[in-house]
Amino acid sequence: MTLDISILIASVLASSPPILFAVLGETITEKAGVINLSLDGSMLLTALVGFVVALHTGSVLLGFCGAMAVGALIAWMIAFVSITLHQPQVATGFVLTLLSRDLAYVLGNPYAHVPGPQVSHTPIPGLFDLPIVGPILFDQNPVVYLSLLAIFLVWVYVDKTRPGLNLQGLGERPAAAFVRGVNVTVMRYVYTLVGGALVGLGGASFSLMVKPGWARPYGIEGTGWIALAIVIFGGWQPIRAGLGAYFFVALQTAASLLQSVMPNIPTQLFSTLPFPLMILTLLLVTLGNAEWTNRVLNHLPEGMRRFLIRTLKALRTVPPASLGAIFRKE
Amino acid sequence: MKVELRDISKHFGPIRANDGVTLSIESGTLHGLLGENGAGKSTLMKILSGFLSPDRGEILLDGKPIHLHSPAQSIAVGVGMLHQDPLDFSALRVIDNFLLGSPESWWLDRHRIRNRLIELASQFDFRFNPDALLSDLSIGERQQLEIIRLLGLGVRVLILDEPTTAISSQQKEKLFETLRRLTEQGKTVVFVSHKLEEVRSLCSKVSVMAHGKITGEVPMPCPTEELVQMMFGQTVMVGKRCAVPLGDPVLELENVTVSDWRLEVKSLSLEVPAGEVIGLAGLEGSGQHLVLKSCAGLLRPSVGHIRIATQEMTGRPYRDFIKAGVAYMPAGRLEEGLIAGMTLIEHAALIDENPRFFVDWAFAAKTAAQRIEAYNIKGQPGTLVEELSGGNQQRTLLALLPSQSRLLLMEHPTRGLDMESTEYIWKLLLNRTQQGTAILFISSDLDELLDRSDRILIFFEGKIRIMETCGTNLLQLGESIGGKGFE
Amino acid sequence: MNPLEAKALNNWESHPSFVVRVFAILLALVFSAFVLLILGTSPLDAFALILSGAFGSLAKLAYVMTAWAPVLLCSAGLLVTFAAGVWNIGIEGQIIMGAVFATGLLQLLQDSLSPAAILVLAAFAGFMGGALWGMLAGALKLYGNVNEIFGGLGLNFIAGSLTVYLVLGPWKRPGIGSTSGTQPFPPSLWLPAFNGFQVSPIEVLLGLVAMALVTLALRGTHFGLKLRAIGKNLRAAFLKGIPLNQYMLLAFGLCGGLAGLAGWVLVVGTSARHNLFPLISSGYGFLAILVVLLTNLSALWSVPISFFFAVISMGSLQLALQRQLDSSLGGVIQGMLVLLVLVAKGFQSRILSRRER
Repeated sequence: MTLDISILIASVLASSPPILFAVLGETITEKAGVINLSLDGSMLLTALVGFVVALHTGSVLLGFCGAMAVGALIAWMIAFVSITLHQPQVATGFVLTLLSRDLAYVLGNPYAHVPGPQVSHTPIPGLFDLPIVGPILFDQNPVVYLSLLAIFLVWVYVDKTRPGLNLQGLGERPAAAFVRGVNVTVMRYVYTLVGGALVGLGGASFSLMVKPGWARPYGIEGTGWIALAIVIFGGWQPIRAGLGAYFFVALQTAASLLQSVMPNIPTQLFSTLPFPLMILTLLLVTLGNAEWTNRVLNHLPEGMRRFLIRTLKALRTVPPASLGAIFRKE
Repeated sequence: MKVELRDISKHFGPIRANDGVTLSIESGTLHGLLGENGAGKSTLMKILSGFLSPDRGEILLDGKPIHLHSPAQSIAVGVGMLHQDPLDFSALRVIDNFLLGSPESWWLDRHRIRNRLIELASQFDFRFNPDALLSDLSIGERQQLEIIRLLGLGVRVLILDEPTTAISSQQKEKLFETLRRLTEQGKTVVFVSHKLEEVRSLCSKVSVMAHGKITGEVPMPCPTEELVQMMFGQTVMVGKRCAVPLGDPVLELENVTVSDWRLEVKSLSLEVPAGEVIGLAGLEGSGQHLVLKSCAGLLRPSVGHIRIATQEMTGRPYRDFIKAGVAYMPAGRLEEGLIAGMTLIEHAALIDENPRFFVDWAFAAKTAAQRIEAYNIKGQPGTLVEELSGGNQQRTLLALLPSQSRLLLMEHPTRGLDMESTEYIWKLLLNRTQQGTAILFISSDLDELLDRSDRILIFFEGKIRIMETCGTNLLQLGESIGGKGFE
Repeated sequence: MNPLEAKALNNWESHPSFVVRVFAILLALVFSAFVLLILGTSPLDAFALILSGAFGSLAKLAYVMTAWAPVLLCSAGLLVTFAAGVWNIGIEGQIIMGAVFATGLLQLLQDSLSPAAILVLAAFAGFMGGALWGMLAGALKLYGNVNEIFGGLGLNFIAGSLTVYLVLGPWKRPGIGSTSGTQPFPPSLWLPAFNGFQVSPIEVLLGLVAMALVTLALRGTHFGLKLRAIGKNLRAAFLKGIPLNQYMLLAFGLCGGLAGLAGWVLVVGTSARHNLFPLISSGYGFLAILVVLLTNLSALWSVPISFFFAVISMGSLQLALQRQLDSSLGGVIQGMLVLLVLVAKGFQSRILSRRER
């Protein structure tokens, strides 16, 4: 069986925007120090909203806007209950993920299997027939182009601009950011909302592009949780997180390819394969932080020890120090 | 820039941190602010740097009254503070730490900033690698970065809060030189410290604070006795415990070196016989907590041995220390010692030395009632510990100590208690010593140290002097705490 | 302190007052009514349908009780983990593993011993399966530094995959394997019930007993006391000499075990499907988390509230059958309730703290 690599990569790129946007959005939110645990339910609800709005207005663009608004609304609730009401973020996020999912199912019932508008395929003239790069980068639809741009933009913002630097400081040590003039409370709200909007963008990318329409179950259940894990795996850096997202989608694509090669093994097995992988990667990535690893490492022979230390250090992710903590001005 | 503080008052609940403080600092001078922990220096400086608002009083800069409502605004007006633990971002690079918070354009031109950083640094003979991670820098270097950052923002009044706590003497010399240079440039420097010698050598004028008030203001040079008197009060007190019968060694420290990320206490050897009371003196962060924690088994010494009643305990887990008869009472009442959300009965049940499967609540209630009475705690067995007043929480902490211990390790045992309670508690503690318990306690109350200890370990920058209490007077103790005799 | 720990839950300074709770319930109903109106259904009609779906006949009531039992068991278990200050999101996987172990044992001993003995042994197996799965999540957290939320989630999915594998592989029905599950067990291996009322008293009794035992354990044993100390102040508990890792692992194990027992109930219960099928946990674990959040970790209130939630869950199935409404409406009502109570608590404590100043 011959595989056209560039077609393969192109299809990975085409399927990635939903999880990519969600991962980027949550990276921003967590960089500001807030955890939005409602990702899984949010993606479902925003997917539905995106589809419904697009269906009724005939405009895919409005569908995306609606989804982003709902995503931001859900995120606002988490921000409000945790930043202003000082309640634990995890509790609110957990409840909202279930609630959003159930709302999506209830409101989406009349729309199941209804055909609707989709994002149109727009190859960039002149570039799309370039060898190898052509089909991958220039023979896609606007959402995919946007997703590629998004990684770049977020990276530029965080790394190269003044407000982006403030964001880094915000999650790292809000007290120090506060002394330097950053309005911690307001910025936390802002970034949570922005993150939520991006999650909405991701959800709508499902229902208006990757998996057009709506059904129950929709099929993307569990993606939100994976996105949360990818954020950790990505070390709260946009580029690394983006790579993590692509890696995951590539795994999914590979799984469905294997599926066609091995029809005897049930589909579900392949679709749930990423999850044990997720635990494994999380383990590797946070292992460097555990205390006992140093003790074990000291017992190993020198060469192996050095190699392991270097690998662990490279994989290591350290969360923004103030993640989840409540900021009280004293 | 001339700084004037007029009649500044600030209280936290019943505590008057600053009580009508009036202070005047001339432009271009190096002004020292001396005082014990709890004297009110930090509160005053937090007010001056915009962290806190005073309840009463006003601040004038160059004769103009100004209202400081945030640290960022204070910096904008020209007043900046260098904290003891600089408020920086350890996960970010040096250049980003320098940048964050400065009024730059939206797009960061790191190249230009890099040059500016190096140029500013070279003015003071500092050396930085702009791309290094901040966590790789020593505290001294982090301080240097923060100083030039503040200067780069146009700060004309620089407040330094206990800056020499964890830096090498080389870095200290450099810091002092920098400060002198700054005053030559016309900047005003406020040097907050508890270290007498440094303040004397560096500052042109010193204000002393105690109990929230200014107790004196003198130009330098000035004899140490005067300073100590202004800091601690009368110097008449003399140590009383002299001939006390003692027993076999309960605690032995042999050539122990223990350290944390800031400080190192080197090569301490100590033998504590049963029934002895040893006070650990010295201002916060001089190493007392490190030693106490290592005796409790919470901190492992990098060098040396610890023995409890001749049993080798070095490196063994904390629970083994407890089994060996060591009882540790931490400083943070609600953070480490008591469990908010639980009642006194529940705490009494937790210390049950022979627990069966089911909790004997009747017994716990009885124990709680007994302890309440014995320690005079104003509360009911069913009271939640967070509802008790600070003083009563302290008594509860003491009441929860095991009834029989070989070694009692306490951090500030009578903090927040009035004289009568302190007297009462010490009577109970002394009873224990007569049964053979040895006590090590940290305190910042010099009277308590002189009155209750047989020997005092004085800590200064990780170095230790051991003093017999008998015959020592408060002046000598105060001077030693301030650094005398440690060169 | 790991900011993701449920420490804040244990230190809830305020308990939402009765008025506040009633207000939250009313608001939740109003919001649900609103949702229904959007969909073009009369809210009163829908609510009536839910109630009739739950209480309309003896058979329906039996289903409600069947749903009540696992939620009770899981709530009891969650009270233990929340007392220790951890979020046991892995509870769904623990239910599943309990069901897996129970099914395995039932299949193994199907024709060897008396039915009663097999059922009891299967219960133990279920408990062990869930406990093991729970302790795995705990070990990942304590020794691998993997946050319990992700560890739990990952294990949930792994348990789900394992079930699919078993159902379509080694344990598949004779003939074609399908995801409808394994070969159902004969009635001899069902829990005995009453004539006409198809629910075994054992199921609910087990749940109530579990609740009582957990309450007793938390309030009356030293284990419970020390566990609660860990949940309220990890550092102070450590300084008092409480072995943290041991206790937390036990908490995970206990909760997992109770969840595993719920899995057993889901296989052998009188009105159950009597086989192992994918997603057998049916979201009961997460529902229990909602219950416990709503009742502010109160065992006493968790009993009626879990019944109330079971009513809503089962009743809303009618909506799908008779009105083309998705049965997840029940979930919407439940979710809204918990959310609003959280919000109300937040307001209450903020207003209280402002008044103190």
